[in-house]
Amino acid sequence: MRYSLLNVIVNGLTGNRFTGPAWRDAAPKPAYDVVIVGGGGHGLATAYYLAKEHGIRNVAVLEKGWIGSGNAGRNTTIFRSNYLLPGNQPFYEWSVKLWEGLEQELNYNVMASQRGIVNLIHSDAQRDAYVRRGNAMRLSGADAELLDREQVRAMMPFLDFDNARFPIKGGLMQARAGTARHDAVVWGYARGADALGVDIIQNCEVRGFTRDAAGRVTGVETTRGTIGAKKVALAVAGSSSRLAAKLDLRLPIESQVLQAFVSEAIKPLVPGVVTFGAGHFYISQSDKGGLVFGGDLDGYNSYAQRGNLPVIEDVCEGGMAVMPLIGRLKLLRQWGGLCDMSMDGSPIIDVGPLPGLYLNTGWSYGGFKATPASGWCFAHTIARDEAHPLSAAMRLDRFATGYVIDEKGVGAQPNLH
Amino acid sequence: MRIDCPYCGSRDAHEFAYLGDATLTRPDPAAPNAAEAFHDWVYLRDNPAGPHSELWYHASGCRRWVVVARDTLTHAVGPTRFACAAAEPREGDAR
Ligand SMILES: Cc1cc2nc3c(=O)[nH]c(=O)nc-3n(C[C@H](O)[C@H](O)[C@H](O)COP(=O)(O)OP(=O)(O)OC[C@H]3O[C@@H](n4cnc5c(N)ncnc54)[C@H](O)[C@@H]3O)c2cc1C
Ligand SMILES: [Zn+2]
Repeated sequence: MRYSLLNVIVNGLTGNRFTGPAWRDAAPKPAYDVVIVGGGGHGLATAYYLAKEHGIRNVAVLEKGWIGSGNAGRNTTIFRSNYLLPGNQPFYEWSVKLWEGLEQELNYNVMASQRGIVNLIHSDAQRDAYVRRGNAMRLSGADAELLDREQVRAMMPFLDFDNARFPIKGGLMQARAGTARHDAVVWGYARGADALGVDIIQNCEVRGFTRDAAGRVTGVETTRGTIGAKKVALAVAGSSSRLAAKLDLRLPIESQVLQAFVSEAIKPLVPGVVTFGAGHFYISQSDKGGLVFGGDLDGYNSYAQRGNLPVIEDVCEGGMAVMPLIGRLKLLRQWGGLCDMSMDGSPIIDVGPLPGLYLNTGWSYGGFKATPASGWCFAHTIARDEAHPLSAAMRLDRFATGYVIDEKGVGAQPNLH
Repeated sequence: MRIDCPYCGSRDAHEFAYLGDATLTRPDPAAPNAAEAFHDWVYLRDNPAGPHSELWYHASGCRRWVVVARDTLTHAVGPTRFACAAAEPREGDAR
């Protein structure tokens, strides 16, 4: 069913009795052209663009729980394209362009709101670095604007401008950045893919793989039976190493926990996304009024999907340093997600490393913004058996060739990215 | 999480800095396959869900490297020992 103002009104008045489910609860078929493992944003977007852009519709998305139960449903919903390096920035800028038209594309309200991001500047050196970054962004066709202190003050008078250690001296703004409703992104892509014939199969955990004599991956063994596939694509984020191990592969990935926090709801205060430049703290305000914020990774390997108290303290200290009023608010909820931290902090989208296998991983703590472009490029990679130009630098062999994409320049130490 | 430092005793994990997998060994740089072996050593990880042997540095304590057995699914911290065998207390040493 196509959603429109008219049918929202009609269905609203008839108690939504005729709305119907947004996607079918499909049972697995014996085989597909493409099986995508992982029903997060990336797996579902990949299925959607495979069907829509490449006409490959005999596709299944297998999800061990319910779709969006992983990081897609746990993130702080920020999208932006304020990266520095040429291997990253054009990819993320394409993602922002896809965000800008996503509601029309999917006929679904993903609540994408371009409320802007401001990275605060606290020192002259940081201003220099942000000038350079802003120029890199503009070269890729993105927008970037350097704000002075008074411009930041006019936007956000509640920040602590005269903090003795971390005075605010300005900011780098990307006005086209913003936030979206993360669950709606999952549901929108699921509904769009389903309408094009993709089977979305929930409660179906992949436990192993089938391979032929030549070593080619020919299908998956799941809790709902064996499913054959001409191509098997992994998009399981923090679970990538666990699945790769079933194929005797080791990946340049460590799974680590990142926490996020929501305060009680208050009247509109924070206009967009703000990041503290002297510690690790970032914040935005949800449409319901809660302040949504986060900071550093806990910094150790973890599959527990929960973090520890020292990081909560650290994040709150960052918050107090930059906007002391936050100390008056109650914390409502706090949770953790399982991040696929790569060794250079940048993602991997590639053919292989085994025949019949395709890999999408390494999103670290920043893959929500990438959801549309990741699906776009991964679908291309699967359909054409070659990298998309926008993700050509994001291949697995970059670690062997030395062409790593290390935005932070900290080396192969995932908890520092 | 609390880690039982062999020197300092039970301390909050926050006092330690994390390095990662403790089972990796630096390859021989003179070996014919050194380039490949170094790639594997620097970049590839088992990244298991479950028991993990890992290196923590007691930065705010005795400043020694400690090998910690920890479960990545439950965060349960198990036995610990000094990373450098030479630093192990010998019999007769005071703890
Ligand atoms: C607290 C937090 C805050 C974040 N904030 C931001 C942000 O503000 N902006 C941003 O850009 N990014 C952010 N991220 C990162 C972003 O959420 C992730 O990079 C992104 O969601 C990963 O892609 P995904 O949606 O496909 O992953 P997921 O939603 O994790 O999808 C993977 C799916 O695979 C499934 N799966 C795993 N194993 C199997 C199996 N064996 N069989 C079948 N299915 C399986 C999982 O159940 C899961 O549903 C944040 C992450 C966290 C944890
Ligand atoms: Zn100690």
